[in-house]
Amino acid sequence: MTDHTASAAALSADGMPLKRSLNRALRRQKLRAFVLIAPLLVFVLFTFLAPIGDMLFRSVENQIVSETLPRTVKALADWDPASDAPPGEAAFRALGHDLVIAVERKTHTRLGSRLNYEASGMSSLLRSTGRDVEDIGEDVSAALGALDPAWTEAATWVDLLADPAWIAEQAAWSASGNRSGEPAFRLSDTASSALPDTAEIYGSFARITQQENDRSPTRQDPWHLVAITLVEEITATPSAAQAFQGDHALRLAAIAQADLPATDFVAAFGASNDRWATPTPWAVIAMYSAPYTPGYFLNAVDLGKTPDGIAPRPVEEQVYILLFLRTMWLSLTITGLCLLLGYPVAWLLANLPSRQANLLMILVLLPFWTSLLVRTSAWKVLLQRQGVINDVLVWIGLISDDGRLVMINNQLGTIIAMTHILLPFMILPLYSVMKTIPGTYMRAAKSLGANDWSAFWRVYFPQSVPGIAAGSILVFILAIGYYITPELMGGARGVFISNRIAYHIGTSLNWGLAAALGTILLLVVLVLYWVYDRFVGVKNVKFG
Amino acid sequence: MAETGPLKLAGTDDFVVFDGVQKSYDGITLVVKDLNLSVPKGEFLTMLGPSGSGKTTCLMMLAGFETATSGEIRLKGRNINTVPPHKRGIGMVFQNYALFPHMSVAENLAFPLEVRKIGKSEREAKVQRALDMVQMGEFGGRRPAQLSGGQQQRIALARALVFEPELVLMDEPLGALDKQLREQMQFEITRIAHDLGITVVYVTHDQTEALTMSDRVAVFNDGRIQQLASPSDLYEHPANSFVAQFIGENNRLMGTVTRIDGGTCIVRLDSGDEIDAKPINVSKVGDRTQISIRPERVETNKDRFRQGAHTLQAEVLEFIYMGDIFRTRLRVAGHDDFVIKTRNAPDQIRHQPGTRIEVGWLPEDCRALDAPQGT
Repeated sequence: MTDHTASAAALSADGMPLKRSLNRALRRQKLRAFVLIAPLLVFVLFTFLAPIGDMLFRSVENQIVSETLPRTVKALADWDPASDAPPGEAAFRALGHDLVIAVERKTHTRLGSRLNYEASGMSSLLRSTGRDVEDIGEDVSAALGALDPAWTEAATWVDLLADPAWIAEQAAWSASGNRSGEPAFRLSDTASSALPDTAEIYGSFARITQQENDRSPTRQDPWHLVAITLVEEITATPSAAQAFQGDHALRLAAIAQADLPATDFVAAFGASNDRWATPTPWAVIAMYSAPYTPGYFLNAVDLGKTPDGIAPRPVEEQVYILLFLRTMWLSLTITGLCLLLGYPVAWLLANLPSRQANLLMILVLLPFWTSLLVRTSAWKVLLQRQGVINDVLVWIGLISDDGRLVMINNQLGTIIAMTHILLPFMILPLYSVMKTIPGTYMRAAKSLGANDWSAFWRVYFPQSVPGIAAGSILVFILAIGYYITPELMGGARGVFISNRIAYHIGTSLNWGLAAALGTILLLVVLVLYWVYDRFVGVKNVKFG
Repeated sequence: MAETGPLKLAGTDDFVVFDGVQKSYDGITLVVKDLNLSVPKGEFLTMLGPSGSGKTTCLMMLAGFETATSGEIRLKGRNINTVPPHKRGIGMVFQNYALFPHMSVAENLAFPLEVRKIGKSEREAKVQRALDMVQMGEFGGRRPAQLSGGQQQRIALARALVFEPELVLMDEPLGALDKQLREQMQFEITRIAHDLGITVVYVTHDQTEALTMSDRVAVFNDGRIQQLASPSDLYEHPANSFVAQFIGENNRLMGTVTRIDGGTCIVRLDSGDEIDAKPINVSKVGDRTQISIRPERVETNKDRFRQGAHTLQAEVLEFIYMGDIFRTRLRVAGHDDFVIKTRNAPDQIRHQPGTRIEVGWLPEDCRALDAPQGT
């Protein structure tokens, strides 16, 4: 018989190191444990953590500006938003380009909504200018047509700028009689190198025409913008015409010689809306051009970015700090009321003979068996001006008919209904802790000379603190995120921050702000939890 | 009901008095039936009895946690029926110590002094003195949970004594300790009680504890005191068959009184044998009786039998070697559970199972008691 214990590394009976043997033996258990939690893990991951992560990401995400207005963002990079004058012509031109494309893609309204969160009026400005921007350069197109009627033909543009191979493919597709699946447009190499700006704009036009509008560029007149770009490009570099052959070279040379007037984008924007002549809209675009922005968070704490830095919003727009404070304050009040009302009940529960205690426990749990909405509505029935309580008070003559109490659609309504709804969450942890405090402690205290109050306060109460801690944190955290009850009971002055979050998610569709508010709420709860841990100690929390 | 202990006349030196006290929880049955008891100052009185005998209820009534249904409880001549517990000034040690878990040992001890508004320096001195008294002087800063059972017990004792009560109640304080510790604490509690001259009312169901610690023991059963006597009286002169059976080991033989003559009587056992006994609570010829003989008072050495005493034939069933003593089980007069105990001495015979021997005893060690109901 070999002596395993004597060898340097402990071996199991089959000669494997004991550690490996043990790991192998435990692997099955670990695997089984993992398989058992896997469904929940997957569920939580996909339905809870991932959406929350996405939501948190939305609170800083701001790619819409740089995606919709790439040229403008680039042109504004050197411009100081704090300056008194609007940026130079290049920025107007870039915005003109971006807007034409955005209008075609119908993304300018979304951008308008986004920028409107930061400065009101941006949405209407972008809408109105979006309507006008397509007409900029109408005169250039007309002038080109006058110079050579060929410019009014869509085919001329295609022939000038498209890849010959694509033209052939397109012709073959067209001949086949297919209604869909036109080959994707490709620019010719000649055009791309000789007339890069024009080629780029036309490329955008062709892609959008094909993808967004489901039309063929061969049958669509290009945007006026293409014409403007071509005229400006060929006027600036007449030699570019030599890269082309035949009619194209002649036509381009004719444009260069015609000396057509350059388009004034500044004037065009000014004509569309005189606000473009002020720096304000430009500053908004410039400040929110980064792909990630603290704007939503600033907004959520009633601050805003101004050209001069971060500053408080106008007083009439400040709502969120007030809402946060109100949420905090009402939640604390509700927690305190729950403790006040729940403590004696929990004590009774823990100290009554089991028969009565069971009955009482059923009464405590009864609200759990009723829908939250039903309970809240019941409070509505009780508390409203023509409600049961007011009716009774009027009937017994305590108040006059026109002196009916206002107990709903204010903070009082929220406090009453939420205290009632959250009370069991206070009573149950209290009860389960009190259940473990033997009655002999009170007796001992009394035998040592303490009267009823000091026996309770110095001996019983300190031992019930873990229950108070557990109940309070439970109620407070539930209260701080409560939504339905404040919505139904609170009116305008009794709503919580969560109602505002819901409004931004469901009605104003400002998800970024909703996400920022939610993130702040989460952080506030975490900070409070930390403070609570410092002063009460989370290890003191006992749920039973 | 009989009291063989020294009768005390009601007077000013009766420190604690139960006067016709009755207690009922449900209004149907009495848990304590007509309790009369007086405890002089400085006495260590133990209430001993099986569970449900009413002893703890009596203690709780004295402490003030239960109210007497009728009758009067007096402390130093004053009726305390309506005095709330915290004004009675009675120290109490609880079964599970009831040390406050959220306070340190010193804070636990300071608690009764604080509620009495005693100044800080005096408080600290008293706490230290009390801790020293139970040899726990170093443990003031600990939490109760950091102490062993025996240490907690000492602290509970110190806490009950720190405010210098004249009367201390103890409710099975040693129940949770192991045997060795229990014996040590028994000694310690009596020492402290006598040193301080306090009056102690002690509740236990452990007869050894009661016998070793008390000045007097009140044996409770069925809501009544069955006997109130000193430990030696209780053991050697049990007043009735319950006490004889409950205290110590006891051999029982059932029989009928055939002759009664002052200090002795003749009992015919159910087996037909006749023996001499001392009548305790049989009064006339024909009474059913339970004979009670302590195992260590049974003699097997013929030389030591008294002249003319009745002896009985016995068959050895079992011999158990227990170190300091031998325990021999016999069949005597039809009873299989007759036990004798003999000292492990060099000349002592070790009876082998199956042998037949003769057993006898002094008539005064053989007491004719009332027959329990149904026998």
